[in-house]
Amino acid sequence: MQHVSPIREPLVTGGKTYHDITEDVCRQVEAKPNIRWAAALAVALVGLAIFLYSVYRTLWYGIGEWGLNKTVGWAWDITNFVWWVGIGHAGTLISAILLLFRQKWRTSINRAAEAMTIFAVICAAMFPVLHMGRPWLAYWVLPLPNTFGSLWVNFNSPLLWDVFAISTYFSVSLVFWYIGLIPDFATIRDRATGPIARRAYAALSMGWTGSAKAWSRYETVSLILAGLATPLVLSVHTIVSMDFATSVIPGWHTTIFPPYFVAGAIFSGFAMVLTLMIITRKVFFLEHYITLEHVESMNKVIILTGSIVGIAYTTEFFIAWYSGVEYEQYAFINRAFGPYWWAYWAMMTCNVITPQLFWFRSIRRSLTATFIISIFVNIGMWFERFVIIVTSLHRDYLPSSWAMFSPTIIDIGIYVGTIGLFFTLFLLFAKFFPVVNMAEVKAILKSSSEVKHSHNSHAKSMHGTAPESNTNTPHSNE
Amino acid sequence: MQDRIKYWRGIEELENTPEFAKHAHNEFPEYLPLGEGSKEAETSGAGKTHRRDFLKLLGFSVAAASLASCEAPVRKAIPYLNKPVDVEPGTANWYATTYYLNGDYNSILVKTREARPIKIEPNPSSALTPIGTSARAQASVLSVYDNNRLRTPLVKGAVAEWEQVDKEITSKLGSVSGKVALVSSTVISPSTKKLINEFGSRFGNFEHVVYDANSSSALLAANNGVVPGYDFSKANIIVGINADFLGTWLAPVIFSKQYIQNRKPTADNPTMSRHYQFETAMSLTGANADVRVPIKPSDEQAVVTALYNAITGGGSAGNVAGIDAKMLADTVRDLKANNGKALVVSGSNNSSVQAMVAAINNALGAAGSTIDTASPYFVKQGNDAQMIRLIEEMNNGSVGAVFFYNANPAYDHPLADKVASGLKKVGLKVSFAERVDETAALVDIIAPDHNFLESWNDYEPKKGFISLAQPVLSPIFKTRQVQDSLLAWSGNTTSYYEYIRNNWRGILTGDFNQAWEKAVHDGVVQNGSSMLTPASNFTAATITTTAAKPAAGAIEAVLYEKVAIGTGVEANNPWLQEMADPISKATWGNYVAMPRKMAIDMGIAQNDVVKVTMQNGTAIELPVLIQPGQAQGTVAIAIGYGRNLEAMPVAKGVGANAYPIATVVNNNVILSGGVKIEKTGATSEIAQMQTHHTIMDRNVVQENTLANYKANPKDVTEYIRIATHEGPAKPSTISLWDDYEYKNHHWGMVIDLNSCIGCGACTISCQAENNIPVVGKAEVLMRREMHWIRIDRYYSAVEHEEKDYKTMEDPAENPSVIFQPMMCQHCNHAPCETVCPVAATMHSSEGINQMAYNRCVGTRYCANNCPYKVRRFNWFAYANNDKFDYTMNNDLAKFVLNPDVTVRGRGVMEKCSFCVQRVQLGKLDAKRENRRPKDGEIVTACAQSCPTEAIVFGDMLDKESRISKVLAREQGERAFHVLEELNVQPNVTYLTKIRNLA
Repeated sequence: MQHVSPIREPLVTGGKTYHDITEDVCRQVEAKPNIRWAAALAVALVGLAIFLYSVYRTLWYGIGEWGLNKTVGWAWDITNFVWWVGIGHAGTLISAILLLFRQKWRTSINRAAEAMTIFAVICAAMFPVLHMGRPWLAYWVLPLPNTFGSLWVNFNSPLLWDVFAISTYFSVSLVFWYIGLIPDFATIRDRATGPIARRAYAALSMGWTGSAKAWSRYETVSLILAGLATPLVLSVHTIVSMDFATSVIPGWHTTIFPPYFVAGAIFSGFAMVLTLMIITRKVFFLEHYITLEHVESMNKVIILTGSIVGIAYTTEFFIAWYSGVEYEQYAFINRAFGPYWWAYWAMMTCNVITPQLFWFRSIRRSLTATFIISIFVNIGMWFERFVIIVTSLHRDYLPSSWAMFSPTIIDIGIYVGTIGLFFTLFLLFAKFFPVVNMAEVKAILKSSSEVKHSHNSHAKSMHGTAPESNTNTPHSNE
Repeated sequence: MQDRIKYWRGIEELENTPEFAKHAHNEFPEYLPLGEGSKEAETSGAGKTHRRDFLKLLGFSVAAASLASCEAPVRKAIPYLNKPVDVEPGTANWYATTYYLNGDYNSILVKTREARPIKIEPNPSSALTPIGTSARAQASVLSVYDNNRLRTPLVKGAVAEWEQVDKEITSKLGSVSGKVALVSSTVISPSTKKLINEFGSRFGNFEHVVYDANSSSALLAANNGVVPGYDFSKANIIVGINADFLGTWLAPVIFSKQYIQNRKPTADNPTMSRHYQFETAMSLTGANADVRVPIKPSDEQAVVTALYNAITGGGSAGNVAGIDAKMLADTVRDLKANNGKALVVSGSNNSSVQAMVAAINNALGAAGSTIDTASPYFVKQGNDAQMIRLIEEMNNGSVGAVFFYNANPAYDHPLADKVASGLKKVGLKVSFAERVDETAALVDIIAPDHNFLESWNDYEPKKGFISLAQPVLSPIFKTRQVQDSLLAWSGNTTSYYEYIRNNWRGILTGDFNQAWEKAVHDGVVQNGSSMLTPASNFTAATITTTAAKPAAGAIEAVLYEKVAIGTGVEANNPWLQEMADPISKATWGNYVAMPRKMAIDMGIAQNDVVKVTMQNGTAIELPVLIQPGQAQGTVAIAIGYGRNLEAMPVAKGVGANAYPIATVVNNNVILSGGVKIEKTGATSEIAQMQTHHTIMDRNVVQENTLANYKANPKDVTEYIRIATHEGPAKPSTISLWDDYEYKNHHWGMVIDLNSCIGCGACTISCQAENNIPVVGKAEVLMRREMHWIRIDRYYSAVEHEEKDYKTMEDPAENPSVIFQPMMCQHCNHAPCETVCPVAATMHSSEGINQMAYNRCVGTRYCANNCPYKVRRFNWFAYANNDKFDYTMNNDLAKFVLNPDVTVRGRGVMEKCSFCVQRVQLGKLDAKRENRRPKDGEIVTACAQSCPTEAIVFGDMLDKESRISKVLAREQGERAFHVLEELNVQPNVTYLTKIRNLA
């Protein structure tokens, strides 16, 4: 039985009790996988197979398998890299910054969002390694003591900063995510019946006892990690943007890049979170935890960051004109009206125009509309990176070197493949890990105040086939 | 007797314990349990070898065996047992010799390492070609390592021994009935000519038939059988009419050097020649002309007639339909004003046109000034009428024996079909071809010639200028020099080497052996003696003013030689196939070059495949290339392509054969003809190395007029200044970076855009020097060519408004052209150096931007951040890869690799190194002699091969060096850096091009 504030809308709907939360979340982990999950995993595994094949071709024959050329030295590889890193932004933003700001609504989505971050960063990290001509020497970009004489990495290089930024971000996100998982693993361990599950979750929960001391430490570590992760949210994409901003290429050499990239990253990250959440809540019957309020809040972030990105696009144009630099001016005119005009306008449509629809409350609260727009934003943000990278490179200073880029089947394979890799990881996560942070969601369940009734009928109609989650039986707070 | 010194195998042997003594003669120590078990087992029934020991041993053996099998194959380097005196491993030797092919004459030095040639360099002793070579000469060093050359003689297609060949030929020659003919392209070797005549003197009816694939018969007919001794350096006004004398016509390297001598204006002496060019296809020469007028081939006679009437008759030029009257009037005015300092040349093979051109030159007083009458050229001697007559005789069955030497008429003669049919009626057919070419496939016996680098020979390209060729490596295959074959078949037992020596006794003065040694060493004898006599079998040309008009409505097609491929002899050379055409920048194949307006009218776009139907009904299919400057109503197609030979795998299936388009008019082969062009609907992409052709109003390449230069030399270059609060500032004065301090050397390069004619010799020279891979057509289409130095070619754009970017993408219909060699600029503030995460590219203490291939992980960030886009990436493994079967995939071709330069592996970046291996070697040589390197001692491959001295390389810290002087002279006048506003501070400086506009 849920206690609800008469003024404020509840963060978790459906009259959930503490036990309901445990049941609802653990059900996916404990039950046999449902057919929809298995089907989705099968599709994702096909994607993974495409990925592995494309990687094999790349590693065995060389980067020549891709569509790059002497003028356009980066294209889909770094586009995909920045896209995935961008997607990987929402998780930490939600968990860390919203934690610091005490935004309690985050609790039901932060787990999945963080998982998404980690998987996205894994996908992103594939590209800096794979795009190397000699990936087997990738460790040379680490400042390791070595036997090559006095050789050291070049600390001037933004690519090196990238290595540090991404690896730091990945480690902090992973630790943050894992620490959040420990109490929930313990819950699953305690409920587990099978010997493998019991042992596995025992190991994963690292001997969590649930003592007050443990909880106190848990809270402290979360806060510290949130504090550590917060600057990372800003720094990672700032540094990624410096790959471009510190160069001399017109269209790259732009001081607006750091804030513009961070806004874009949050924009795309939230869009991806929405895409995944809308599917997950449906597939795993988590509608009461991931509510329309969540969707709406995130849509508001999307409209804000989308507008920032839109302003950034306009500012770039203005500055190109205002600078009086002919190369800069041409770079931007070429983006909008050159041979890659379609990419530019795809970006503008998807990133600037479609999110503006969220000004309408009905669209903001429509799951279908949100889902479609989130896909648009994902596509648009991919095109944004493509536009920045390819249209700037393909016509830079000397017209004699101007060239076009077109992807090969391997380029496409690797991109599609990372999506396969991502979903494989995500689906495995969704099956074997608790997708909602039970411990923290329980913390936001109000246990005082008056009892709100008459939620069941409504919940039932939303749920259909999941009656046990809507039981009227009062449960003790377990 | 003293005890012998004893060596112990160990301390145990010294101590000689009983334990040791017991085991001393057992080869294997006891603890190896091998075999013991069985012995013990016999007595005790229980083996000492435990199962575990057995398994251990088994595991060890398997591991050892599999480790051994993983070992890389052993490749042995065998040292010399008896070291040849002049071969020092690791040290290069240079030998003087001569390259000659289809008029392209170069006196050269061949750099050899460990007795194998690896690089062609100009011979400074030569008076004709002391600086620079042609691209084809540069590439010729690769041809000697062509795996597809014949390894043995062939008799009726079967491998044979030379004895068998000799027996067969001498016996057949003994009973030959009818005419004996030796068909060759131009022979400029005095000794060979003498030998051919001696060989023929045995037969009652012998003829040495000379024809050239790109014939100059008419020119020879109008000039008593020789090429007039043109001297472009003496001309103030040069008029070229369809003569690509800088690219392919007659002796382009000699002419380029002369041409540029009078085109290097300085502020002190701002004079240069003015060059008018009337031509159909945009040629390298037309691209360099100050005034270029497109004409149809059918208007050629009218244009020359107009000039002829105006110059010899004294009237005005009058009007020629379709030709800009002002241009023609300007030409006449300038010619008349420069009597004695003017030269008119025509590439026409119409005797009447050539007769008129000769008369014009005569009237202009060219003789003795711009034409050296005492010293004509012998570089072309082909007589079309003679060859056409022979083809008829073969078909009549009146030819008993025919020999083909450097001649392939079954491919490159417009009557190739008749050659094939005629050959069936010839009793003895012999070819000296180095491979089974189109003609050799039709003969009985192939007696393969040596490559020129394996041969002795002599050459006289110009009267009084003789050069020698000496072998620089022993023959790779069982081939024999043509001359030795002819000697053998004449029953003469002397070698050709002796024959030349004997022949030379007449021209060398003083002690013969000493003089001969010196001649071999220098490669040239320029004491005025001459051994060649001009051919006298030409019918003197007469002037007729009526021109044969092409069939009404037909499109006029002209055939031309590409600078790289020429007439197709060297078509199997991958360097040449992948060399960008200087004008179209296209590689790997020919195409139909068409003016844009005509293409639009016909609804044809670039890369559309069209069917070109000739007058005789045969057709070829080729893609269309939109060529600015091509005369309206005409198309141009390159010869030398469309090979289908097994012996030419590189050229196989590349392009189509355009020779059949040529027509025979008045017994002269005219490389043009009327064609019909239809769209096929198919497309085939042309692999161009540059796909954007206009400069987009950017300041990256600068040019101005001679008039402005004369008015104020400080006003011809636009210098970019950055706006600051203190007013405009030179970009290099505003910097965040500390400058490098150069204490010892500071290498730099100056490229004079006025001297660069765009020939591309530097590209191939660099390719040979720096082991640059050939990547093939598909990769060029992917824009992945590897050339370290490229020549950017820009056309002027059509009329457009400022910032009208769409319009300025289109080149003008008859554009002015500018060339800009572009390679790593070795920036002092290099954008590539800062972005490499592993510091694989860095700055040397002498200003060179270096690449450490071994350190490169291949992020390509440096290439992206290079504003000049000069970095090249190894997308694949180009060596030892069957997909790139060009120069680094077989042991023979690999001999051409320069051992001083690393062959780059897959996945690393590379780029121009300023020939750092030459810089280091030069410094080392100087250091060993305890002195500073002298200026001019260290020179990059590109600068060395430039026939116009457009590239100057040197130490900018040495105040006396040529580069320092040029920079000091041109600072603030013509010297500029490309993209100076980026403040990358390149070490390469360009000099503004000056045009002498009419």
